[in-house]
Amino acid sequence: MKRLFILFLLVGSMLPAHATLTIEITQGLEGALPIAVVPFAWRGDASKPPAHEVGSVVSADLQRSGRFKPLPVNEMLSRPSRGDDVDFRDWRALNVENLVIGEVSPNGPGGYLVKFFLYDVFRGEQITGYSMPTTARDLRATAHHIADIVYETLTGQPGAFATRIAYVTSVRTGQDKERIELRIADADGYNPQTIVSSDEPIMSPAWSPDGRKLAYVSFENAQPSVWVQEVFTGNRQKLTSFKGINGAPAWSPDGRYLALTLSKDGNPDIFVMDVARRSLRPLTRHWAIDTEPAWAPDGKSLVFTSDRGGQPQIYRVPVSGGPATRVSFEGEYNARASFSPNGRMLTMVTRVGGQYRIATLDLQTRDFRVMSTGRLDESPSFAPNGAMLIYASQINGRGVLAAVSTDGRVQQRLRLQQGDVREPVWSPYHHQERNR
Amino acid sequence: MKCQSSAWLAVVMSVLLFAGCTTTGPKEDTSGASVEDRGSPAATTGAREGGAWTGNPLDNPNSLLFTKTIYFDFDQSTIRSEFVDVLRAHAAYLNGNRSVTVLIEGHADERGSREYNIGLGERRANAVKRFLEAEGVDSTQINTISYGEERPVAMGHDEVSWAENRRAVLVY
Repeated sequence: MKRLFILFLLVGSMLPAHATLTIEITQGLEGALPIAVVPFAWRGDASKPPAHEVGSVVSADLQRSGRFKPLPVNEMLSRPSRGDDVDFRDWRALNVENLVIGEVSPNGPGGYLVKFFLYDVFRGEQITGYSMPTTARDLRATAHHIADIVYETLTGQPGAFATRIAYVTSVRTGQDKERIELRIADADGYNPQTIVSSDEPIMSPAWSPDGRKLAYVSFENAQPSVWVQEVFTGNRQKLTSFKGINGAPAWSPDGRYLALTLSKDGNPDIFVMDVARRSLRPLTRHWAIDTEPAWAPDGKSLVFTSDRGGQPQIYRVPVSGGPATRVSFEGEYNARASFSPNGRMLTMVTRVGGQYRIATLDLQTRDFRVMSTGRLDESPSFAPNGAMLIYASQINGRGVLAAVSTDGRVQQRLRLQQGDVREPVWSPYHHQERNR
Repeated sequence: MKCQSSAWLAVVMSVLLFAGCTTTGPKEDTSGASVEDRGSPAATTGAREGGAWTGNPLDNPNSLLFTKTIYFDFDQSTIRSEFVDVLRAHAAYLNGNRSVTVLIEGHADERGSREYNIGLGERRANAVKRFLEAEGVDSTQINTISYGEERPVAMGHDEVSWAENRRAVLVY
């Protein structure tokens, strides 16, 4: 055991300080679309290729969605990078339906020009093609953007590859000591950045609708407070630090209000804060635990968790206040609900036979589906395109992130090399606008 | 989608290490009633015989005040009868030492959603607070905080660990 530990330290020290999330697809989709993404050609100095190969990033994105089955590069009969070089027979022979090719050229100091083309192999036609200037720093973002275009062109649904996730990690640093960090990474687990680090708990990260700010709860100085931090500058402000609970922040769709849980009046209730004015308005008043507010996409109502009926269930209340109506009826425990981007569905934690799992509830048909298979699954949220749910799970006692397609057919797992990872939240689209 | 072999090795190692920790970690009885989560084991074998404890009464292993953690049933915040004497002793101590303040931390096990568990932890801390107040302790002597499931003392993911984590801790 001792030798094992020493080896671990050595290996551990070789890892980057902020270990990336490794993504593995644990259940793929039958009938995924066969596609080929040829490695993009580099037109610059052969001794100084870009740090990332665009084609492989695009291919990995498409594969991770579960809807595409990219052809392995070593099975390709040719590797064209320009339209004139494409011989569709090479791809028809391999039953590839769609082909992506491209090239990267130098474009000024630190700049690149990325060109890509998407073909329908059997028709022998170009479907779309783009020329995108970018920088070394944004090269992966550009690759994700290409994957978004391919995904949307071929499935009719917007992609969510050029987005990010925020999550909380915890690493034990000794007896009774742990390091808690709030991090942001690209949706494929790359570029993890720590934005808050603390010895005290950090909880409940929530993206502002423009993707530029995160609200979260921090227990620093042994006092739970709700903070709002600018993602790009690191500037932050303490929003509330009342006696008792300050928790569960949730942005309104227009970004002007923050719903949150405060117990300053004796027990946890939902309040709505006007962020600019810092004024507070109570939304619920009940002796029960009312918490975990989430806004409907139209901003007209919120759902929240309450145990006013004896067990935690989901309730809905108009944004103007007034009586709350119960929304969840299936099962004895439902909590932490949030809306799908189109407002038609809720996802929540549900207890099924003593196991805590992720469920979706169709608000029109009342169809209730358990989407996960873990024992202690929690913190579900929708991807901004509504195609996937991301949530926290446990594997062998370690916290991992998992994702499942909304139709339940594709499952993937995002693992941190060290420590626990939890409370994932998918960013909205908008923050990547700067890269377009 | 590829992963460097060193990174994989680290994953394997950490999984192995974790497995080792869980199997060798200390396991208490399920009642949890006599478990003191912060005291060092040596203290319980110290000044036991004969007489007067000269140190801080809160540190006297023969005193009910030595117990500073009380445990709760699943999804409950009711004070169990076995802890009534302990809390009465703390109330008497606080009544006799009006300048002393206590922080009551409420905790929950890891099951279910995190913010709901913050609510549950607060309910437990408040249950202890109300008990002490009913015994005459001044409310200004008592502060509360809920850590929900964020600060477990037992790291397992089973009934034994959960029972140890559903607790309120009196911190002087």
